[in-house]
Amino acid sequence: MAKKSSLLNMALVLTLVCLGASAAVAVVYAVTKEPIEMANQLKINSAIKEVVPEFDNAPSDEVLNVTTPDGIEGKVYVAKKGSEIVGYAIESTTSKGFGGPFTIMVGFTPDEVVYNTSVISHSETPGLGAKITENKSAFIQQWNGKNLGDGSIKVAVKKDGGDIDAITASTITSRAYCDAMENAFRILKSISPATASEKGENVEESNFNDGWEVMEVIDL
Amino acid sequence: MSKLKIILNGIIKENPTFILVLGMCPTLATTTSAMNGMGMGFATMSVLLCSNIVISLLAPLIPNKVRIPCYIVVIAAFVTLVQLLMQAYIPDLYNTLGIFIPLIVVNCIVLGRAEAFANKHGVVDSALDGIGIGLGFTIALTIIGLVRELLGNLSAFDHKLFEGDGMLLFVLAPGAFIVLGYLMVLFNKIRGTK
Repeated sequence: MAKKSSLLNMALVLTLVCLGASAAVAVVYAVTKEPIEMANQLKINSAIKEVVPEFDNAPSDEVLNVTTPDGIEGKVYVAKKGSEIVGYAIESTTSKGFGGPFTIMVGFTPDEVVYNTSVISHSETPGLGAKITENKSAFIQQWNGKNLGDGSIKVAVKKDGGDIDAITASTITSRAYCDAMENAFRILKSISPATASEKGENVEESNFNDGWEVMEVIDL
Repeated sequence: MSKLKIILNGIIKENPTFILVLGMCPTLATTTSAMNGMGMGFATMSVLLCSNIVISLLAPLIPNKVRIPCYIVVIAAFVTLVQLLMQAYIPDLYNTLGIFIPLIVVNCIVLGRAEAFANKHGVVDSALDGIGIGLGFTIALTIIGLVRELLGNLSAFDHKLFEGDGMLLFVLAPGAFIVLGYLMVLFNKIRGTK
């Protein structure tokens, strides 16, 4: 059975086991590196396809890493048909989700109207907050065709005095979604300063954060 | 022990979930749907199978005092492999299971089988034990997931069976405890324990 322990054979065996294990991990890491990148790329591409009108370039090759003046970071994929820009797909993250941060892809047409949205990754409660992934749901559909900047819509759930219908029993998730939409819109603004100054600075910042309760015990 | 008996032992007599009550953290957390439960079960099973094989081979060479660290290194390596492979080839399932894949390292079932079975038996028996226990775990998690999904979301394996909303409670954490408790009673009743 097991050998008698001595300092030498203990150190030796542990070293060898660790070496073998790390070698195995290294090999598999090298083998799976490319497929993992491809899988992530595929996901981004299918999300872009979903949220902007038909395009014929490769938006994932024309990615802009944007940081707004107030520190919101995100990625912008520009979708073009021929040489004309048909839409912007903006990857935006919120830290306010119920189960942790989540990332969505928001598509805007060049006139800053929301075309469609799609969830890239999330860890919301299955059956409740996870309903944000149901693309045909009323919650997701209600964003489409809205301009978040012209004052026609207040980006907050109705409970907070906004215009957004929250998902039943998932107020925190819905708020976080509003937050991500707001972030996406600010990122859009920061890449097209010309249109931003034209329409005025009417992004509703104040009521977006201030009206929230500090904490809710449960998301029901 | 006959070969078949080793496998059946893992599924029924020493079912890790319903009898040994090991690995409760992933059991309760990942069984929100039958699909997730099954995915978690198979991920654990592949780690269990590989670690059992390697540990049964290494056991005679490992000095007694450093056996646990050696087992953990082996297990952790296989978990990382499974994690990388899942990320590469089944990213959707990987995203749903999230943190629970790396946490297989600390699943007591895996170390438990290494210590209780693999280091005392040959390669073939250890592999069979890994399959048996792994299947037991997978079946248990799938059943729990199925019951929770049915009651909580009125669907099975992500197919909506009835229109309308289910009892949300079962998808949330308390539902996991309730379902696990009742299934444990049922399992032991059918098995006819004293």
